[in-house]
Amino acid sequence: MDWGSLHTILGGVNKHSTSIGKIWLTVLFIFRIMILVVAAERVWGDEQDDFVCNTLQPGCKNVCYDHFFPISHIRLWALQLIFVSTPALLVAMHVAYRRHEKKKQFRKGDRKCDYKDIEEIRKQRFHIEGPLWWTYTSSIFFRLVFEAVFMYAFYFMYDGFRMPRLMKCNAWPCPNTVDCFVSRPTEKTVFTIFMIAVSSICILLNVAELCYLLAKFFLRRSKRAGNPKHHPNHENKEETKQNEMNELISDSCQNTNTGFSG
Amino acid sequence: MSWRFLCDLLSGVNKYSTRIGRIWVAVVFMFRLMVYAVAAESIWKYEHDEFECNIKQPGCENVCFDHFFPVSHISLWALQLIMVSAPSLLVVFHVAYRENREKRHNQKLYRSPGELDGGLLCTYLTSLILKTGLEIVFLVLFYKLYNGFKVPRLVKCDIRPCPSTVDCYISKPTEKMIFLYFLVATSCLCIVLNLSELSYLIFKYSIKCYLKRYIKKCQ
Repeated sequence: MDWGSLHTILGGVNKHSTSIGKIWLTVLFIFRIMILVVAAERVWGDEQDDFVCNTLQPGCKNVCYDHFFPISHIRLWALQLIFVSTPALLVAMHVAYRRHEKKKQFRKGDRKCDYKDIEEIRKQRFHIEGPLWWTYTSSIFFRLVFEAVFMYAFYFMYDGFRMPRLMKCNAWPCPNTVDCFVSRPTEKTVFTIFMIAVSSICILLNVAELCYLLAKFFLRRSKRAGNPKHHPNHENKEETKQNEMNELISDSCQNTNTGFSG
Repeated sequence: MSWRFLCDLLSGVNKYSTRIGRIWVAVVFMFRLMVYAVAAESIWKYEHDEFECNIKQPGCENVCFDHFFPVSHISLWALQLIMVSAPSLLVVFHVAYRENREKRHNQKLYRSPGELDGGLLCTYLTSLILKTGLEIVFLVLFYKLYNGFKVPRLVKCDIRPCPSTVDCYISKPTEKMIFLYFLVATSCLCIVLNLSELSYLIFKYSIKCYLKRYIKKCQ
């Protein structure tokens, strides 16, 4: 179980996303998950071993480390990525539910179902409209909330995004105020700022996607309100009726022909 | 052998689950397996090395660590994930048994081997009860073994060969506590989902049975 499994799960959602959603997914995997796995984990890998306090008092280092890093950056990022990816599962589950319903219709031999085989249903791409629009929009909203909450948590816990070189600690059992030195503070600051910047870009992409979906929704509504005759369902019914009439005409023509040819 | 096997098992179970069952699978995947694999494991990785006692007496640290952590949090967490996912195998086996039976007799014996009716429904309900029971057992075990879900910074140890009461310091206690609370929260969520699914299935099939009997009476 690793980030690859998440890629498999979310890859399926990509087909049904908007263009902005696809960009968001790419940014998530390349600039956040990959960076976390190949670089950040190495930088924070030795964080407690190389956290050094200027004292020989046993336990002082442990206590000071725990005081300044209640939860490590790397774990907080991992949690953030998991929470931010979870709403996409809502969309995946909704799509799977719709596919399941279509397969049921197909197996019953329903005339409304115009698929040639099950494979076509499996490969079909659903447009973001109707109930799927609501699911998709809710998932973007939750993503935004989780991103914002985690960014605030980072800022609140570490007093900003900078990693200091030296921390002064006087928690018991340290005998007095002791100097503690963080390992690789500059590299950690650089990565922290990078991850925060990419988080902000993801927030902007989510906001843009939300605005795009809302704009599309209101435009569609105003078109329908302005011209009810050109309602898509109305148009489809008209087209189907015309198709049926054409079939009847062509059938009756064939019968007449055979009648004459016979 | 790794967590991939459990993932494949849960994906297989997903096919025969109800909607609430699929939400349960999603919660187990994302909030328990993934969090365990990508975050929690690394916190407890060097817990023994980083456990420090205020003494130079050889063996004292070992003995104190063993006394306070008879089973490590992370090992108990892994056991819980495996045990809680295992009852789903009952459903998979039952469906495989139905499919085998159809092949042997070379005829359609069931409307659909994966449909929840008759014996398969009983198996499914049993697996739900087992899952819920095991979740509760592990939560109680966690609570009893570690006196609650808190991880203290300091523990006092006076077991031989430690010459007197010695201060021992646990590494990353706050981080461990945060993840333990996360584990408890997701466990409770899974218990609620299992109980909802159980009630939903019992209610649905009771209504079905009642309606069938009512129609027969009318006829």
